[in-house]
Amino acid sequence: MPLLRPGGQSYQGVKRMALAVEMKNITKTFYGMKANDDISFQVEKGEIHALLGENGAGKSTLMNILFGLYQADQGEILIHETPAKISDPQMAIDLGIGMVHQHFMLVDNFTVLENIILGAEPRKRMSIDYNKASKEIETLSNQYGLKINLNSQVRDISIGMQQKVEILKTLYRGADILIFDEPTAVLTPQEIQELTSIMKNLTSEGKTVILITHKLKEILTIANAVTVIRRGKVCDTLRVKDTNEVELAEKMVGRKVTLQLNKDEKEREGLVLSLRDVRAKDNRGLDALHGIDLEVYGGEIVGIAGVDGNGQSELVEVITGLRQAQSGEMILAGNNISGLHTRQIHEKGIAHIPEDRHRLGIVMDMTLSENLVLNSYFKKEFNKRGLLNEKSIKAHARKLIDKFDIRTPSESAKIRALSGGNQQKAVIAREIEGDPKLLIAAQPTRGLDVGAIEFIHRQILNERDEGKAVLLVSFELEEILSLSDRIAVIYEGRIVGIVDPKETTEQELGLLMSGRSARKETVE
Amino acid sequence: MNFNMKKHNIGVPFVSIILAMLVGAVAMLLAGYNPVSAYASFFDGIFSSPYLMGETIRQVTPLIFTGLAVAFAFRTGLFNIGAEGQFLVGQLAAVAVGIFFKLPFFLHIPLAILAAAIAGGLWGAIPGYLKAKRGVHEVITTIMMNWIAFILTNYLIRTYMKAESERSMDIQPTASISFEWLSDLFQGARIHLGIVIALLFAFLMYFLLWRTKQGFELRAVGSNSLAAKYAGMNVKRNIIKAMFISGALAGLGGASEGLGVYGYMTISSVFPGVGYDGIAVALIGSNTSIGVILGAILFGALTFGAQNMQMASDVPYEIIRIVIAFIIFFIASSDIAKSILGLLRKIPLRSRKGGA
Repeated sequence: MPLLRPGGQSYQGVKRMALAVEMKNITKTFYGMKANDDISFQVEKGEIHALLGENGAGKSTLMNILFGLYQADQGEILIHETPAKISDPQMAIDLGIGMVHQHFMLVDNFTVLENIILGAEPRKRMSIDYNKASKEIETLSNQYGLKINLNSQVRDISIGMQQKVEILKTLYRGADILIFDEPTAVLTPQEIQELTSIMKNLTSEGKTVILITHKLKEILTIANAVTVIRRGKVCDTLRVKDTNEVELAEKMVGRKVTLQLNKDEKEREGLVLSLRDVRAKDNRGLDALHGIDLEVYGGEIVGIAGVDGNGQSELVEVITGLRQAQSGEMILAGNNISGLHTRQIHEKGIAHIPEDRHRLGIVMDMTLSENLVLNSYFKKEFNKRGLLNEKSIKAHARKLIDKFDIRTPSESAKIRALSGGNQQKAVIAREIEGDPKLLIAAQPTRGLDVGAIEFIHRQILNERDEGKAVLLVSFELEEILSLSDRIAVIYEGRIVGIVDPKETTEQELGLLMSGRSARKETVE
Repeated sequence: MNFNMKKHNIGVPFVSIILAMLVGAVAMLLAGYNPVSAYASFFDGIFSSPYLMGETIRQVTPLIFTGLAVAFAFRTGLFNIGAEGQFLVGQLAAVAVGIFFKLPFFLHIPLAILAAAIAGGLWGAIPGYLKAKRGVHEVITTIMMNWIAFILTNYLIRTYMKAESERSMDIQPTASISFEWLSDLFQGARIHLGIVIALLFAFLMYFLLWRTKQGFELRAVGSNSLAAKYAGMNVKRNIIKAMFISGALAGLGGASEGLGVYGYMTISSVFPGVGYDGIAVALIGSNTSIGVILGAILFGALTFGAQNMQMASDVPYEIIRIVIAFIIFFIASSDIAKSILGLLRKIPLRSRKGGA
């Protein structure tokens, strides 16, 4: 539908720019908790406006209200300075609002073209007019520099490409206000650069972009303005050129934060884990690991850098016994652990913080204390001739709650009731408490806020300082760079390079991660 | 912990029962019956004499067993539709031991009951094995196993233990769990020791699930099998174990019927239905031991009271099946009951405000 253009005078010359979005005094309460508390928020037409906040600060809630997924309890929304009532996503789309979700909403075995037009297909009598659709999409993709092959199946294209499909989907539906929800979380540095230029193209063509993020650097390079939200309230709205990383971080968290980790030098100790030519298949039966060679020593953190889906999950699963290797040798402190069961491997001294805590790390329907003994419930301390010793299980839980500062109503609360950060603390407490030789931490801070991330990084460094070997798998390059003593880059199931974090750059890592072999820097 | 039903869980079944009875009343009115006198004779048929109460308990007993069987499987993440077949093979095993063994009662009864548990357990473990090792969904296999059990038990009775009529021979008196002193307490009703065994196993199920290492594993596997695997548990073995225990519980129900009520097993042309009713009982009882007991009482009482309603006020038995169906419907769509509960909570609040 055609949009009412606001008064022409505000376009040129006049100080005040036209507003694309204005949200006034938005309040939204969930179960008595104010997710949005009297939030007012303005986005000028043609700018890239970042919405910064920790997890649970209320930025997603606010954008879901704008996109019609939730209704505000109070407050008012104006789109292009006209009051709008948005009660479902279709109304938002009709008003020219599009959302690129963090988890893509694509049909894997449809082509790019089919995905873009899905639900908005142009018709020719009884059938779909594919020609018309592909012409329109090609015009759009040329206009905004979104190059993509319309006939590929979505499951065959990279994550970065899939994101372009999502962007085209919103443009095809006539969006001129685009909301991006944490768009860089899954991208390589090169893909992030490309996305940045796409966003700039969009705004130079008159579109407006709202960017939900918790990454400070990203805001400084991409956005024009930033609104910081903390605990459901707006702290401040700033022009990006007038601010810096430290100021933004403090506003976001509400206290001074140390962005730089204090990492002491540490001599590495004896060899703990060594992998020789380890090969494994993925769930579909395709080769996922093509002969991995890797060594991890005591007192060092080895970071595995790579784009999601290059064999990281399979590598961790093989080491922890969750997946059988096809061939190869795995030695833990002199013992061959190939072919052992998960429990035997755990008992030999490998602790594992899994990449997906909801699926693997915890049992939501069980209590915190039960979750804290999930892999030790059978030990003498907790189990007497088949009967559980509830007293010692609870005492154990109380000890860990104190030691790791897990915020919970009680040790008998269902772990479901805890926040994501505290659930992760519980997992880490359980794994570290077993005094492992090797700690495998896979995406240990995914989805957590700055405060929890700080705590968890500290714990991982402590393990290293105590002489434990640590294998860190992460898609966040910053995390890899700041924690690791050595970085192994994984690409298509191979370690394609081992680099020293002090002597490398994000650019170089990015090239390695995308399979383009840079000058090989092997550090021993 | 979960032995006591949580507060909010009691409200929903209760409201559902009332709603379902209202629907039943409407059905009666439409069909030209008087719902008030029908429900009066219905309740008379359950509570009005020790004999009727004893018979109600008889009706409730097998439902506790099959309800526990389904609830136990649910707790461990499995949908056991095969309680029916496990019940039948359990009954056959118990009756066969009852017929062919000559032992003193203190050995004969336990042996017959044990045989039933093992038979039902194995009947459940086969789908468990197929699920664990071959990934075959237990809903499919347990349904198929029901038919196999149905035909197999009829065949075995007809071939090896047939009496004059279409039933097996009688069990030895030493294997019977029906006692005259107990029947006499209830004016000769067919109540038997099975109810005590049922309550005992309801407690054992609670104890196993919530107090033992094995139960911890079963619950973990049931709620999140990936996390259980990650924590080093043997998921496949636990699935087979869970199905064995579930099947054993249903098999015990068969023993209780065979040794307690009849003393023989009939060649039947239809399924007894207690296994399928067990699914509804587990649902009503939200898969807790105490809930299953209450659900079985409700179900058994409704079924038994309906027979009296038919005799006393000529209202057809099927009306009560409608009521039962609607109880399940309202519990399954618990939002309806919850919204009514919500309204009920609001009313006193409003009147208080108005008074102030």
